Amino acid sequence: MTIGSAGPGKSVLLDVKGLKKYFPIRRGLLQKTVGHVKAVDDVTFFLNRGETLSLVGESGCGKTTTSRCILRAIAPTAGQVLLSDNDEVLDVATVPKSRLRALRRQMQMIFQDPFSSLNPRMTLFDIVGEPLLVHGVGSVQERTDRVVELLSLVGLRPEYMRRYPHAFSGGQRQRIGIARALALNPRLVVADEPVSALDVSVQAQILNLLLDLQEKLGLTYLFVAHDLSVVKHISERVAVMYVGRIVETAPTEELFASPRHPYTEALLSAVPKPDPRLRSERIVLQGEVADPANTPPGCHFHPRCRYAQALCREEPPVQNEIAPNHFVSCHRAAELSLRGVARSMS
Amino acid sequence: MQSDTKPLLSVRNLKTSFFQDEGTTKAVDGASFDVFAGKTLGIVGESGCGKSVTAQSILRIVDHPGRIVEGEIVLTRADGTETDLVRLKPDSREIRSIRGGDIGLIFQEPMTSFSPVHTVGQQIIEAVLLHSAVGRKEARHRGIEALRSVGIPKPERRIDEYSFELSGGLRQRAMIAVALSCDPRLLIADEPTTALDVTTQAQILDLLRRIQRERGMAIMLITHNLGVVAEMADDVVVMYLGRVVEQGKVDDIFHDAKHPYTKALLQSIPSIDSTPRAKLPTISGSIPHPFNRPTGCPFHPRCVSFMPGRCDTEVPPLLPVGEGRKASCFLYG
Repeated sequence: MTIGSAGPGKSVLLDVKGLKKYFPIRRGLLQKTVGHVKAVDDVTFFLNRGETLSLVGESGCGKTTTSRCILRAIAPTAGQVLLSDNDEVLDVATVPKSRLRALRRQMQMIFQDPFSSLNPRMTLFDIVGEPLLVHGVGSVQERTDRVVELLSLVGLRPEYMRRYPHAFSGGQRQRIGIARALALNPRLVVADEPVSALDVSVQAQILNLLLDLQEKLGLTYLFVAHDLSVVKHISERVAVMYVGRIVETAPTEELFASPRHPYTEALLSAVPKPDPRLRSERIVLQGEVADPANTPPGCHFHPRCRYAQALCREEPPVQNEIAPNHFVSCHRAAELSLRGVARSMS
Repeated sequence: MQSDTKPLLSVRNLKTSFFQDEGTTKAVDGASFDVFAGKTLGIVGESGCGKSVTAQSILRIVDHPGRIVEGEIVLTRADGTETDLVRLKPDSREIRSIRGGDIGLIFQEPMTSFSPVHTVGQQIIEAVLLHSAVGRKEARHRGIEALRSVGIPKPERRIDEYSFELSGGLRQRAMIAVALSCDPRLLIADEPTTALDVTTQAQILDLLRRIQRERGMAIMLITHNLGVVAEMADDVVVMYLGRVVEQGKVDDIFHDAKHPYTKALLQSIPSIDSTPRAKLPTISGSIPHPFNRPTGCPFHPRCVSFMPGRCDTEVPPLLPVGEGRKASCFLYG
C-alpha cells in the first residue's frame, strides 16, 4: 500500500506505515493464546509539519491505541512510525530503548481527563517542570523561569505555580496539562480527546488556545476525538477509523462536504445539529460495531453498510487516492454519490 | 407556555438545597416550568446548573443532605386528580407508585444503573410486578415485549443475560425498556445519550421519538448537548447555577435567544457546519463553585452586558419577553 507525498512546499513530520497492534486473548490455566483483538489493523497515514490531523471514530475503533503506538507508550505489533528528526528519519516503533527518551522530547501528549491526569500531591511548578527535570534541562532558576513562561503562554497566572491542582477548574487544569506537554518544545503533540471532559463554554476556550499555540510555536497536532464538530473546528485533515482500520482520509472541508465512504456518510448524518430548522432524515446505522476480536471478512463495515455488495463481503478494500489528497478504502467509492453536511445559511 | 392545555407536570418555584458542614449549596434556586403530554421539554445547562437535581426532586430521590426547601411539583394523574409531589413523603406508597409508574426515568450511565448481580429480565419483571397486578409469567412476557419494542434482537434470550453482557447501546435500550415497562406518561431522560457514540446516539434518539409518537408520552430531556436539544425538543428551558435563565419554543431559543448566557452558549459551540479553523467566540471565565455563588444575577461575572450596580445587587425575575417565552435578565425590564 502506498500513499501520496505531502505535496509541494510541505514536509512530512510523521509517516505511519502499516501499523498494527494485536492484543492476545489468553484463556485457561496455561494462558494459551486463543485469538487476537485486532485493535489497530494496518493503519497508514502521514502528518505534515505544522498541520493538524484528526483521528475520529467511535469507541473501540482503535484511535487511542494508534496514538499510543505512535508515542510508543505501547509497542506496536508491526509497522513503522517514521519521525523526522532534523535531517534524520527514525522509526519510533523499533528504535532501541536507550534512544527512546531523547526521541520522546519531540513528542508529547495532552490527556483527556484533566482531573485524573494531574498528580494531586504535586504543585503546578512540579507538574509543569517535571519533564524538564526528567530530561535534565537547566538549573532550578532556569526551570522556574521556563515554568513561568509556560504558564503565561497557556493563560494561567504564574503566581499560581505553588498551588495544587485541586484549586483549579476543569478548563484551568487542562491548561496545566497543555503547559506540561509544551515544556520540552515538542514538535508533535498528540491530544487524546482534550476537550471532551470539559463544559461547552470552556471547550471553546481550550480549542482557541490550541489553535493559538499552534500558530505561535509551529506545532504539529495529532488530534484524537470522537466529536465531529470539534474535529471540524480544529483540523486541516481528518482520518476516519472503523474497527482498527482507516476508512477515509481527506482535507477537512472536503470530507465533511463530500464524504466518499459510507461509514463517514453515516457518521456525519448521525451528529445532531444545533439548529431545530435542520432536523433532517438521518441515516441510522443498524446493528453494532464489529468485534475487533472477531472481525467480519472483507470490508469491516459491510454488515452495516447499505451499499454493500457480494465483493464487499469477500475482499477487504484497498486504500486508494480518489481525489488529490483524498484517500478512501471502499470497493464502491467511485460509483457512489454520498451525502455530506450542508453548509448552513447563517 | 401553552395556556389552552393543562400541563402534565407543573413545577413552580422549586428550590432544592444541600446542607453540608461547609455551607449550603442552592442546587436549584427557584425553577419553574411545565411539561405537556406528547411534547418534549429540553432542559439545557452546563455542569452545576441544577438540571439533574431538578429531575431528582421531581422523583423525590434527592440524596441526603439535599432537601426540597420550597416550591410545588404538581402532577396531573391519569384519573385527572392533581398531586403535589413535594408534599409526599419520599418513601410513601403514593410516590412509589408514581416513580416507575406515572414517571419513568432513564439515567446517563447505563452501566452503573443496572444491578450487576441480577439479570436484565429480573429487573424488568420487578418493575412490572411492582406496578401492575399480574403474575410472574405474564410479567416475564411483558418484559420480553418491552425489550422487543425497544429494538433489542432476540429478546427471549437477552432477558436472561446480565447487563455487562450487553453493549453500551443495547444496555441503554434495556434501560429504556425498564422505564417503559409500566407505560409511564412522563419519561425523564437524564443525559440519555451522553455516554454513547454518535451512531448509537442516533439510534436511541430515533427510538425515543418513535415511542413518544406511539404512546403520546411526555419527555423531559435533560442534557448539555445543544445539538440533541435542537433535534428533539419542542420547548426548551435553559438553566444556569440553579436558575432558569430563559425558556421558550425551540426555534425561538436557537434563532432568537434573549438571555446573554443563551446567546453566548450558542455561539461558543463548535458546529459541524461551521468554517474549519475559525476562532470561536468564548464565554470568559468558568462556572463559579457553588459555595462562591455570585450575588445578584448568577451570570453577571461572565456577562458581556453586565450593568454595574444592578446585575450584581438584584436577582432578575423570570419575566415574559414575548409570546410563550420568558427570560430572567434586566435587559428586558
